Amino acid sequence: MKMMKTLIGAIFAIASTFALSEYTLNMTEGVTSVSQNIYGLHMTIFWIVTAIGIVVFGAMAYSIYHHRQSKGAKAAHFHESTTVELLWTAIPIVILIVMAIPATKVLIDLENTDNAEMTLKITGHQWKWQYDYIENDTFGVPKEGITMMSNLAQSSRDAIKASTQPEHYLLDVDNRVVLPVDTRIRFLMTSNDVIHNWWVPAFGVKQDGNPGYINDAWAKIEQEGTYRGQCAELCGKDHGYMPIVVDVVSKEKYKAWVSEQKAAAAAAAASASKTWSKDELMAKGEQVYNANCAGCHQKDGKGMPPVFPAMVGSSIANGPAADHVNLVLHGKGAMPAFKMLGDADLAAVITYERQGFGNTGTVVQPSDVKSGR
Amino acid sequence: MATDTIAAHDDHHHGPEKGLLRWVKTTNHKDIGSLYLWFSFMMLLVGGAFAMVIRAELFMPGIQVVDPHFFNSMTTMHGLIMVFGAIMPAFVGLGNWLIPMMVGAPDMALPRMNNWSFWILPFAGAILLSTFFMEGGAPAFGWTFYAPLSTTFAPDSTDFFIFAVHLLGFSSIMGAINIIATVLNMRAPDMKLMDMPLFVWTWLITSFLLIGAMPVLAGAVTMMLTDRNFGTSFFDAAGGGDPVMFQHIFWFFGHPEVYIMILPAFGVISHIIPTFARKPLFGYSSMVYATAAIAFLSYIVWAHHMFLTGMPVAGQLYFMYATMLIAVPTGVKVFNWVATMWKGSMTFETPMLWALSFVFLFTIGGFSGLMLGIVPADIQYHDTYFVVAHFHYVLVTGALWSIIAAVFYWFPKWTGKMYNESLAKIHFWWSIISVNILFFPQHFLGLAGMPRRIPDYNLQFADFNMISSIGAFMFGASFILFTYIIIDGIRNGKPAKARPWESAKGLEWTLGSPAEYHSFDKAPSRKAIEQESQHTSVA
Amino acid sequence: MSSKDSYYVPHGTYWPIIGSIGIATMFVGMANMFHGVSWGGSVTALGLGIVLFMMFGWLGQVVNESVNGLYNSQVDRSFRWGMSWFIFSEVMFFAAFFGALFYAREFAIPWLSGEGNNQFTPDLWNGFVQTWPEIAFKTPAAELRNGTALSVPTELIDTWGLPALNTAILLLSGVTLTFAHHALRAGERNKIIGWLVATIALGVAFLGFQIAEYGHAYDIGLKLNSGIYGSTFFMLTGFHGFHVTVGALMLIVILYRVQKGHFSKENHFGFEGVAWYWHFVDVVWLGLFVFVYWI
Ligand code: HEA
Ligand code: HEA
Ligand code: HEC
Ligand code: CUA
Ligand SMILES: [Cu+2]
Repeated sequence: MKMMKTLIGAIFAIASTFALSEYTLNMTEGVTSVSQNIYGLHMTIFWIVTAIGIVVFGAMAYSIYHHRQSKGAKAAHFHESTTVELLWTAIPIVILIVMAIPATKVLIDLENTDNAEMTLKITGHQWKWQYDYIENDTFGVPKEGITMMSNLAQSSRDAIKASTQPEHYLLDVDNRVVLPVDTRIRFLMTSNDVIHNWWVPAFGVKQDGNPGYINDAWAKIEQEGTYRGQCAELCGKDHGYMPIVVDVVSKEKYKAWVSEQKAAAAAAAASASKTWSKDELMAKGEQVYNANCAGCHQKDGKGMPPVFPAMVGSSIANGPAADHVNLVLHGKGAMPAFKMLGDADLAAVITYERQGFGNTGTVVQPSDVKSGR
Repeated sequence: MATDTIAAHDDHHHGPEKGLLRWVKTTNHKDIGSLYLWFSFMMLLVGGAFAMVIRAELFMPGIQVVDPHFFNSMTTMHGLIMVFGAIMPAFVGLGNWLIPMMVGAPDMALPRMNNWSFWILPFAGAILLSTFFMEGGAPAFGWTFYAPLSTTFAPDSTDFFIFAVHLLGFSSIMGAINIIATVLNMRAPDMKLMDMPLFVWTWLITSFLLIGAMPVLAGAVTMMLTDRNFGTSFFDAAGGGDPVMFQHIFWFFGHPEVYIMILPAFGVISHIIPTFARKPLFGYSSMVYATAAIAFLSYIVWAHHMFLTGMPVAGQLYFMYATMLIAVPTGVKVFNWVATMWKGSMTFETPMLWALSFVFLFTIGGFSGLMLGIVPADIQYHDTYFVVAHFHYVLVTGALWSIIAAVFYWFPKWTGKMYNESLAKIHFWWSIISVNILFFPQHFLGLAGMPRRIPDYNLQFADFNMISSIGAFMFGASFILFTYIIIDGIRNGKPAKARPWESAKGLEWTLGSPAEYHSFDKAPSRKAIEQESQHTSVA
Repeated sequence: MSSKDSYYVPHGTYWPIIGSIGIATMFVGMANMFHGVSWGGSVTALGLGIVLFMMFGWLGQVVNESVNGLYNSQVDRSFRWGMSWFIFSEVMFFAAFFGALFYAREFAIPWLSGEGNNQFTPDLWNGFVQTWPEIAFKTPAAELRNGTALSVPTELIDTWGLPALNTAILLLSGVTLTFAHHALRAGERNKIIGWLVATIALGVAFLGFQIAEYGHAYDIGLKLNSGIYGSTFFMLTGFHGFHVTVGALMLIVILYRVQKGHFSKENHFGFEGVAWYWHFVDVVWLGLFVFVYWI
């Protein structure tokens, strides 16, 4: 018994240090009606099972204490009672029904994605997210949509093997998703390779992206701010490095952002048709490489043989440009396809691979990529 | 024919053969039980060592010990080895040792096949572990090996993994068939079904789970094999297949599988508590019905692991309700155990300590399981450390706990010696404190949003991870003490009485300690059976 | 005879360890074969050889013991329990593949064409429209499958051609086997042999037609890589064919044992076990005929 007391004391001691620290012990309430309902449900079930626990463990503790031989307890002989058996079958059923009713309500609500004011399509890639804003009049998203890729931020990548980590270590990205506040948004989830899962706890949105199928979910975000999440389905080596960052802004700001994106897209289209200098390509290529390729082929281009080949001295990078373009566009085995990147980006990264790392391949222009598609 | 000369009973009273080959050739259920138990203990150490690597990497943020791909291999192999190498074989080992003695049978029904079910395992284990040395590394797609990560995107070693799973399946199916045949056919003629001890009942029912579920797993890996090598499209949408279909097939196996790992545990606990409460088991028959109900339900709830795969709402609702229902028969069990303690005359020898803490900690794991079963809430819990905490509470402080309890409880019967009680108590307290430091904080991590199967994490998760890792190392060290207690007990333990626990019931206690190499050539009498039955009142 | 009152517990056996070595060798060989390793095939064959050696040795020993009267009726019952639950496990193995077939038909294909809660999915597949079983004809993106194209069949297999004939053959073989059993119980040795030979012949005929049909399927382009229909078609019929082969081999062994006079009117579990197996294979075929070829 003494042991027991010390144990309990120790648990309390640990627990009180937790209380002092700023770390969350509980689920987030979030900023959507769905996440708040989920939180409510979570707390309800939690208190119900706690109550049951108190009763069951209380009875156990009572008999451990009072009905022990060292206290002179003599064993009774009863070993059956249909009444109690029925009782403790029936009562849990009632409790379960009480829990099932609100759960059903919340579930039916959160699965109904109708009446959306806008749609964001989310495609998982090993290991980054692609966001497509689907055509939408309210906010002026153009017919061809807005597309962007979102990778783990360089700052986090640099810190992985360092001794200090920045504040949003592993939860920062290079391109953030931007969404309007107070808008019923439909999310479409899918994947380009393996199963990923797009999860932002504050929205109460977590849905698998299955390759070849499209799932949906919805949220109406009630507060502006920055929200973070992570991929929640094992998707290979860098599953831990697939963060999500969402900036929720006012509707006006969102509109402004949309027009910015349109302008940027136009500029990118223009740049893809011009001829780039080698230095421009190399500079841009380095960025694209570090964001998209370094995860496997490593920043120094040494790869992780035997699975991920080195760029240094690669026969492809030093061989005909067309093969190189083709490989990067369409992928091969575990090497993903990168068709979703723009012509200019691809030309840059391919040039960077062919000219960097001591390689001696030819320079590739956006037009070469375009004709390779 | 002059067969009398080679008739079985003539050499029945021979002891075991000498030498190492004895273990290779043996058809004796006690030998095979020991083989299983030692094998599973070794696998527990291997799987546990992998867990230590996981916890070391997660000790603090950043990548310090292993690279992410290897980390995933560690997680995968840890899960696989623990489930298929440690827990399941340990229960088969207990079943082998105990079931024939408990039902008054001379041996298992199919002794040669019994040998085979064991001797497949080391080969399966060797193939599985050999993948670490292959090009591309060991499988790294989690113990649930979801397609297409395990098909199109997996290393070559996956095909070896597939064959290893096939072997494990053969072994389990043969083991289950043997147990069914033993229980149904080898029982002492005077023992009715409702006279059987609960460990026998739970194992009988578990066998049906095994025979129903393992072949489906074999089907799943076969489809993987052909998708990988022969161009089929079971799990590929471009050919009309569906990656989610893999999950349905896997979990049709996988959910019964988790009850395969807990039903025999329920059986063990139902022996230990009455013994040390000195009171017959409360509600014997409802225990049997509850076990059957859990087994039945376990076949119809599998998709609660897949709430976020995009199932239609109707499916989610159905699987939620069905899942919640499991709490009812499981509750009956818990209540019955508590009622058995109630007004008993309890003492707290080591097996009882493990059994009591089982009831407590398993129930906590069950509660978190119930929370996971609520679909909307599972949206936030799914694939986080909350799930990891749930299943370690039911697996480690459930399944593994019951195995340790059983080892202490039947140790005198197996070895004829007593283990060192005071060391064993220290070991118990050490374990129970460290295991809670290890797994309880994982609930908080999960709720705060830490996904599972990641090698690195944001700073907000740092404190709890460090605490958890410290608990892990402490718990890991407890196995050094455990090993010592067992070996010391076998070597230097005091001789044990035939019935070392004065109010233990069961035919096995009517044998000597250690139990004779061949026991029950003559079936026990009705009187003995009645006296040793779990539901007749104790004198 | 002798040990009526005591259960026969054999003492020591090498067969299991030999079997394990055999299977492990075979599997390691196969995995290497799939990866194009040159020695894969021969190692597979070696493993298979060891397994066969084990089977003959082990079962031979069991037969010997049985013939020598070491087994009492309880041992016989153990074998019966063992065999029936083994067959049940086989049923569950097939159930996995039937499950895949149902799932693909009832869920995956409709979802790919936008039914249920998958209204957006067809966006990925340019408006794919469901059809069955010609799914492979119109598979959304034959070329998308990781760069390798699917094989597109040009026509369907005619349900009422070879498949129907094969159904009749198998059903008939079930009948002939039952006649053999009756003959066995009546102790009419020549009749047993006659009916057994007929059963085996029907089994072999079935296999022959099945091979012919596979040839035809390949001709019309229905292959393993013809999408989900091809996958389920070949895996189900393939595993079934494998079971027929095994069943036929077992029947041949039984025929041999009948000639040797191993079975008595009362005591012939070996025969019955194989008969159960054959009937099980029969029933699986009926499922196949209905769900794979017919509807
Ligand atoms: C021994 C193994 C074991 C056991 C016994 C259980 C028991 C249960 N499990 Fe668990 N589970 C696992 C092993 C186990 N589980 C594993 C390994 C995983 C993860 C797999 C993976 O993804 O890798 C998992 C995951 C898992 C999930 C998926 C989570 C997710 O991935 O999102 C769910 C969801 O429903 C779930 C539910 C349950 C439920 C409802 C029970 C119930 O059986 C619990 C019933 C018990 C009680 C409820 C307590 C006692 C009852 C009472 C005192 C009565 C009164 C109570 C009430 C009326 C509330 N489990
Ligand atoms: C079936 C039983 C079982 C058991 C007994 C355990 C035991 C343990 N498990 Fe786990 N675990 C699973 C089944 C089990 N596990 C499953 C199914 C998964 C999911 C896998 C997946 O996601 O695919 C999982 C996943 C899992 C994770 C999540 C990994 C991730 O998501 O990336 C973690 C992390 O903490 C963990 C930790 C532990 C620890 C610390 C123990 C400890 O209890 C282990 C204690 C044992 C030992 C330590 C060994 C004995 C001691 C020695 C060898 C001496 C040397 C000692 C030292 C070096 C200190 N396990
Ligand atoms: C998911 C990990 C991954 C990412 C991310 C990745 N690659 Fe690869 N890459 C591979 C793998 C695996 C191969 C080997 C493919 C094979 O031969 O089967 C490969 C091969 C290559 C090769 C051929 C090398 C050779 O010598 O064979 C080139 C060139 C290449 N990748 C370029 C890129 C570029 C450019 C990017 C980024 C835009 C990129 N890769 C991103 C995994 C990756
Ligand atoms: Cu993407 Cu995990
Ligand atoms: Cu489950």
